[in-house]
Amino acid sequence: MDLENQARIKDLCDKYGNEDLIVVLGGAEPEASGLAAETVATGDPTFAGPLSGVSLGLKAYHIFELKDEIPADVYEEQVGMMEMVLDVDEIVNEVKTYRK
Amino acid sequence: MNYPVVKGAAYALVQANSMLLHQGSTQITERLKNEQSEHLKALPEHLRSFEDAVCYPPNQAYIGNITPDQLKEIPHPWYENPIAGASRDGKYGEIMPEDEFFGLMKMVDSFDLVVLEESFQAAVKEKLQSHPILKDIKEITKLDSTAHSADEIQKLVAEHNAQPLYFAGKLVGCVKKAHEFDEALSSEVMLGNLANKASAVLVLKQLLAKTGLNPEQVDYIIECSEEACGDMNQRGGGNFAKAIGEICGCINATGSDTRSFCAGPAHALVEAAALVQSGIYSNVVVLGGGCTAKLGMNSRDHVKKGMPALEDMLGAFAVHIGENDGVNPVIRTDAIGRHKIGSGASPQAVMTAIVTDPLDKIGYKITDIDRYAPELQNPEITEPAGAGNVPMANFKMISALAVKRGDIQKADLMKAVDSFGMPGFAPTQGHIPSGVPFIGHARDMILEGKIERAMIIGKGSLFLGRLTNLFDGVSMIMEKNSGVVATDTGFDQEQLRKMIAEAMREFAKSFRE
Repeated sequence: MDLENQARIKDLCDKYGNEDLIVVLGGAEPEASGLAAETVATGDPTFAGPLSGVSLGLKAYHIFELKDEIPADVYEEQVGMMEMVLDVDEIVNEVKTYRK
Repeated sequence: MNYPVVKGAAYALVQANSMLLHQGSTQITERLKNEQSEHLKALPEHLRSFEDAVCYPPNQAYIGNITPDQLKEIPHPWYENPIAGASRDGKYGEIMPEDEFFGLMKMVDSFDLVVLEESFQAAVKEKLQSHPILKDIKEITKLDSTAHSADEIQKLVAEHNAQPLYFAGKLVGCVKKAHEFDEALSSEVMLGNLANKASAVLVLKQLLAKTGLNPEQVDYIIECSEEACGDMNQRGGGNFAKAIGEICGCINATGSDTRSFCAGPAHALVEAAALVQSGIYSNVVVLGGGCTAKLGMNSRDHVKKGMPALEDMLGAFAVHIGENDGVNPVIRTDAIGRHKIGSGASPQAVMTAIVTDPLDKIGYKITDIDRYAPELQNPEITEPAGAGNVPMANFKMISALAVKRGDIQKADLMKAVDSFGMPGFAPTQGHIPSGVPFIGHARDMILEGKIERAMIIGKGSLFLGRLTNLFDGVSMIMEKNSGVVATDTGFDQEQLRKMIAEAMREFAKSFRE
């Protein structure tokens, strides 16, 4: 996960706490999305960024999981094409793993 | 209208194992954090030989010895399915080993920053003197003198922050810093810029040799890599283009550098097309050399997965855009795609702006384009690093747009991908994979009548510079030449027709009033 994003998420978590904060992912690959979800939950597994050894305990959701929360026309315009292209189930399953 | 044409394209690769280990940004960062890291210990075992790099199928596709369609037939992993007897010389260029490249870096170095060890310098001089296209560069005389002893080089590296150059496990040279305090002229920056310049010189020499373009006929050079040349007061001052043209004997050319991360080459091609079509210049060369920092960028993942460190290649390309000759494929300057500042950042908005908006302008459907060349990164490099198959993702997005527009049925989504796609075959050198590796192949396929048209797409991640979150992308269509060369009479028939129509409408209106 991008080191700069790790720093930004850490700052937000420090400021607001982890109870009412979720991370929304837009990754195109199951592995990369899972890695991001793992990073914000239990820490950076690659030990490269500010979240190395830092367990924020944040829950991450892929945008595909939040379809029902978003007005249909907006979702279609912003995500519709990618939903057709990407392996939605595999990505969602991978991200879910780190919320358990 | 006379569209400009693509008169030729050349491609070069340089295998750079020493620079991967010592100047690749991933390794530099790793060394800063922990010099004894497991990755740094394991990486040398994963470097491949020059012969392996030459026989690697995607590299053979890059220099034009096999087509992307032939590459598609070779089973993965490609590194376990080498092309037996493959040559370093290609239809469009060549693959150069690192020792010769260090010699070339010294040849193109105007400020005596590249230092080579005596016996090494003598050996590479001999090789370069018999190189078919580099032997006539007059700066080859730089390899006659100013060699240093191994001890002197060791001292420069240890005490003066020079960047080491290794070959076959031995310290054979170094690149010195160009200023005592200026970070923009540090040894690391100078090495990157000199390697970029040298690889661009190699590819421009290849273009001149392969296409018969006389260097004195080149009017303008647009350099479009992602490096910055300058000093502390003007870090990106430039000008790579003129520095490269100077070595190649382009005495009548001027030039400048164009930047937009990986989309740089696509912008540069549009600029070149505009300069030619407007009549300002007749022959424009767009080129870009390689990037040392990106060598071994994903090598952590490659090592972990027991693969060779495949990011050991510097990439370079050069394209000649000239006036309509009635033969070569034209660039449809009336259908340039561009991601506008207001286009939006969703993948759908981006692809609409780059792909379908320009098609709509000239009444084409997505399926009217025979081949799309978006970011052509070799998936064997990106997939193990979790970045997926980048060209495949692009082809699927284009296909999904075709479904949304009703150009194809949803059931045919993958069939369309198969028809207009191709495997990625370019090294992950940022600006290098961005559409341009296909220009040489596309030109040949159009000239041979195998396809009518192709779209070249460049996309760039501007957020990396931390000034904007905007995305970037530009596209252009290469199309079969109609064979008609319009003569410029200064009389625009179309314009006249519109003027008469307008006058008649006004006349008719006056009757109604």
